[in-house]
Amino acid sequence: MANVFTNIGEWVNERAPGMMPMYRKHMTEYYAPKNFNLWYYFGSLAMLVLVNQIVTGIFLTMNYNPSAAGAFDSVQYIMRDVEWGWLIRYMHSTGASLFFVVVFLHMFRGLMYGSYKKPRELVWLLGMLIFLALMAEAFMGYVLPWGNMSFWGAKVIISLFGTIPYIGNTLVEWIMGDFLPGDATLNRFFALHVIALPLVLLLLVVLHLAALHEVGSNNPDGVEIKKGPKGNRWDALKPADGIPFHPYYTVKDIVGVGFFLLIAAFIIFFAPSLGGWFLEHDNAIRANNLVTPAEIKPVWYFTPFYAIVRMVPSFLGTAVWGVLAMFGAIAVLFVVPWIDRGKVKSIRYRGTGYKVALGVFVLAFFGLGAVGAGITAEVIPEWFGNVDLTTWENLFGRLMTLLYFGFFVFLWAYTYFGWEKTKPVPDRVTTHD
Amino acid sequence: MANEVVDHGRRRFLTATTAVVGGIGIVSAAVPFIKSWEPSARAKAAGAPVTQSLKKIETGQQLIIGWRSLPVFIVNRTPSQLKVLPAQDVRLVDPHSLVDQQPKYAQNGTRSIKPEWLVMIGICTHLGCVPDYKGEIKPEPFDPNWQGGYYCPCHHSRYDMAGRVYQGVPAPKNMEIPPYHFVDDMTVQVGVNPQEAG
Repeated sequence: MANVFTNIGEWVNERAPGMMPMYRKHMTEYYAPKNFNLWYYFGSLAMLVLVNQIVTGIFLTMNYNPSAAGAFDSVQYIMRDVEWGWLIRYMHSTGASLFFVVVFLHMFRGLMYGSYKKPRELVWLLGMLIFLALMAEAFMGYVLPWGNMSFWGAKVIISLFGTIPYIGNTLVEWIMGDFLPGDATLNRFFALHVIALPLVLLLLVVLHLAALHEVGSNNPDGVEIKKGPKGNRWDALKPADGIPFHPYYTVKDIVGVGFFLLIAAFIIFFAPSLGGWFLEHDNAIRANNLVTPAEIKPVWYFTPFYAIVRMVPSFLGTAVWGVLAMFGAIAVLFVVPWIDRGKVKSIRYRGTGYKVALGVFVLAFFGLGAVGAGITAEVIPEWFGNVDLTTWENLFGRLMTLLYFGFFVFLWAYTYFGWEKTKPVPDRVTTHD
Repeated sequence: MANEVVDHGRRRFLTATTAVVGGIGIVSAAVPFIKSWEPSARAKAAGAPVTQSLKKIETGQQLIIGWRSLPVFIVNRTPSQLKVLPAQDVRLVDPHSLVDQQPKYAQNGTRSIKPEWLVMIGICTHLGCVPDYKGEIKPEPFDPNWQGGYYCPCHHSRYDMAGRVYQGVPAPKNMEIPPYHFVDDMTVQVGVNPQEAG
């Protein structure tokens, strides 16, 4: 047998001699820092979820009917009549939420260890584009079941573009292909969700990894292993603190995959809607263009951004400001590599101000999420009795919005004016022999 | 065919013209794809006027009908709802309906043809949700001094009983009044102006 495989290998190699070097460059001879910790699981987990979404998505399209008349019923058909259809759909819906869980953690890791800093700005930018494409993908996927939340979510999000002065209304009609979300809207969202955006996502993932493998991975110490001592067990010229991605990190990642699948399986089998967080109750009602659900809120991963829209009042006769602030909340992440002028990458050696600010930023993100998900609307009357809910919710939400954007302003000032007192960065990763 | 002298000017010109022609081709080819997203002829055709009898709408009640797939609120306003309207003026963004959100014949204190009958497109001017009818004058969780009106569940915008938007909420404009007229005392037609009615 071994002979057969060797022969096939040689046969391919003769005809495409570039393939093995490519495999070696990205797998067995990609030297990653040896000190990766738990935070380094989330990149590979995001890839795992992407594969899950594609595979389950392909099987869902086999029974889904992308029309305003048939979509809702076809989803019920998948859930009740198609053999194992419920599992495939729950894998897809749970996967969507967990995608955002791992991507948020992956992005937080980047902020924490300064993985966006020179020379990895391009890796960060491509990652942000993936995040943007992922949000579009998730939104359109959310519309497809054509429940009442799908319909009104689509209406609200598309109407965001209607706030743009002069061209807004035309643009909204162009996106919907009708005067309200309808058949035309659903069909084009289906096309984008299953063909266009997955292609874009896959391409961006390839570019993200290609850009990463050019500069090499960052690590929890934020030191460049390429600038450290040379020579490891495999190669005298490669970084001493690097180990081959395969098999060392592939094996490590399998452990992470095991834990991740345990959690995912628990949700899929025991709490697929996760109390309304992963699948909203109002979406079990058919789309109705005359009745807005009483408590309209997006799925959890959009709540912080949705809260920002709500917290910015309209002035000068237009509501565009809230929308600008929301897009600004994402746009500002793109330019983090240029906002942060600090030379020290890892939070381990950064000033106290940075540690506090990052903590406050995370709290603001959760605070905004609480406003967007309607948690504050529930707890304010409960905790403080008969107070003016709107005033207090706005006060809290606007404070959180200020803290969110304040993080970036602080980060710039803190590093630009040299207020940061950093600790000395070690010459090489701290866990070497 | 080895040229001794390369004519750089000619080469630049050819590169530029080829790029421009190619660019025009790409833009032109994109037009049909972009235009295909516009509302189709079928979608545009589905917008006929709607006639509604008012006989069964009690005082203080709201009926929602569909017109061009938009929800149209028809409310039989109570005298007390009408009485508090002028007092709201100081808290409103556009109390005198100066922004073009209504036909001329509805540009008045009640934003209607007949004071008691409110006919309005029930779409929040913020992001297009359908505001809830909170007609009773009583303290509400969102406003202890509520004077009756509309409350949007999406982003908590508030309007008074004439669809005029309050200050300090995300919505920028009053809700839109559609063209409508009274066919007779108890029948309204949405989608046709009084002067066009025949």
